[in-house]
Amino acid sequence: MTAFILRRLAIAIPTILALIVFSFLLMEAAPGSPFASERGVPPAVLANLEAKYGLDRSLLERMGIYVWNVMTQFDFGPSFKFKDRTVNDLIAQGFPVTLTYGFWSFLVAITVGGTLGLLAAVYHNSWLDTLAVGISVGAQVLPNFVMAPILVLIFTLWLGWLPGGGWRGGQAAYVILPVIALSTSYMASIARITRSSMLEVLGAGFIRTARAKGLPMRRIVLRHALKPALLPIISYLGPAFVGMITGSVLIDVFFSTGGIGQFFVNSALARDYSVIMGITILIGTLTVLFNLLVDVLYAWIDPKIRY
Amino acid sequence: MMLFRRAIASAPRLQAAGADTPAGRSLWADARARFLRNRAAVASLAILGLVIAFALFGQHFAVWNNEEIDWAMLGNVPQVGGPSLSNGHYFGVDETGRDLFARTVQGTRISLMVGIVGALISVVVGTAWGATAGYVGGRTDQVMMRIVDLMMSIPYMFVLILLLVVFERSLIMLFVGIGLISWLDMARIARGQTLSIKNREFVEAAIATGVRRPVIIWRHIVPNLLGVVIVYATLLVPSMIIFESFISFLGLGVQEPSTSWGALINAGAQNMRNETPWMLAFPLAFFVVTLFAFFFLGDGLRDALDPKDR
Repeated sequence: MTAFILRRLAIAIPTILALIVFSFLLMEAAPGSPFASERGVPPAVLANLEAKYGLDRSLLERMGIYVWNVMTQFDFGPSFKFKDRTVNDLIAQGFPVTLTYGFWSFLVAITVGGTLGLLAAVYHNSWLDTLAVGISVGAQVLPNFVMAPILVLIFTLWLGWLPGGGWRGGQAAYVILPVIALSTSYMASIARITRSSMLEVLGAGFIRTARAKGLPMRRIVLRHALKPALLPIISYLGPAFVGMITGSVLIDVFFSTGGIGQFFVNSALARDYSVIMGITILIGTLTVLFNLLVDVLYAWIDPKIRY
Repeated sequence: MMLFRRAIASAPRLQAAGADTPAGRSLWADARARFLRNRAAVASLAILGLVIAFALFGQHFAVWNNEEIDWAMLGNVPQVGGPSLSNGHYFGVDETGRDLFARTVQGTRISLMVGIVGALISVVVGTAWGATAGYVGGRTDQVMMRIVDLMMSIPYMFVLILLLVVFERSLIMLFVGIGLISWLDMARIARGQTLSIKNREFVEAAIATGVRRPVIIWRHIVPNLLGVVIVYATLLVPSMIIFESFISFLGLGVQEPSTSWGALINAGAQNMRNETPWMLAFPLAFFVVTLFAFFFLGDGLRDALDPKDR
């Protein structure tokens, strides 16, 4: 197992490094970048950059400093647009918000989706099954940017139950709509995957044996069927994580929740390269680490995987 | 009747090399029959035909140009800008008094184009990549698939936005960005399928007669991948449309005066509070209906072409 984790790390770390180097080179190449020309950059920012990287140094040296700062101190350097802000300030401000509703969305998608799929499989061909399949088919065409306006239209403008944006330190009322908008399509996918893998497991020989010896259905499902049926869901968690973290950008913009997505889009529109880069690298690193975690979890649960 | 035909069709296979075999039914004819029996898939195909016709010929029916501003509307769009047959704004006007029908035609074109281009790139690059990796195998396979894994493990939307910011936003850049990612899944699928084909007798026969590797891949492997490839390409179109709409919704994709479903939905969503529900309703309806149609079409094609994998 240790060897397996080490081997995975041997892939993960170069991936992250490659992402950092790629982003850095891209920024250097960008027209209007402070490294390419001095026009359009406020003098104070230029002073910040000068102090940090030394603009007279060679490309390789600057890249080395940047990579070193990021890898060892998680220091993404100063913003290109605001003289009194660093990228780390923005991340420190926005990340807790993203993490909060991201966590709830993930939890909702897994628990609701998983339960729905499980019930659909156990009560195959009942009304519950039809309902679950209906929901999961319908939600395919409701990505977050479709869900968000519809939810606000219904719950804010028509019913007036929930606020249509803002954060207020994460009060429940402000978290609900973002979580629903973000989790719906993933919940549907998880329900679909759980249903089909559970159906497959329930048709297997060892389940028939369990039923033949007279075990109650609840026990069969929870003790025997659940674990093998969970495997496809675990392998879906990686893509779901990427999808949700991408979706968080939209949630931040639409609901003005103040997460890192909002900084990301604002910086993209204002060409504040260092912020875009910092956030891209942060998200990329998180994703790679999460995938690593999923791989390890998978290998741990699935006895068929040899490592 | 159906069973009877099946029996005839399978008869020649049983009698090995029968002399007078009746006209067999090809794989494709079988698939067509299976597809036509699936009502949802056939209906979806018809709907998609209509949407494509709307994109191609819609502007001939528009009374207004997509960039023209109807000054009579401007200022009180919520009161008089709604859908109306009499003034020629079939879908109403947007917040700046432009005809929404013409805008929707324009957006439909862009969104469909993005979906189709993405799917085409994935078919060409993904199939070639996956078939090569799967057929050659060994170290080449490992390296090629490792690259795919690597690209899949980064949150691509962020990198694409970074690219769009650095290299000026344009439709071409959007296509390049989408093209860079769309083929990854296809490569995996094509590789898996190739692995199951490459040890079959007809490939062995080709090797034995001295056919070169690239020719084997092109003439013997790729044609046998087509069924699976078509199915996944169909399912890829909607995900590419979603992908582009997401970026355009954020305001980072297509630029004014050009538009797409994502940009139109965004404009509708931003004007929800101004009592102009048609601005959200029409683009959203096109988006949802088209996506549904593509998903059902993909499902129908999968049942028809890839019956073992359900």
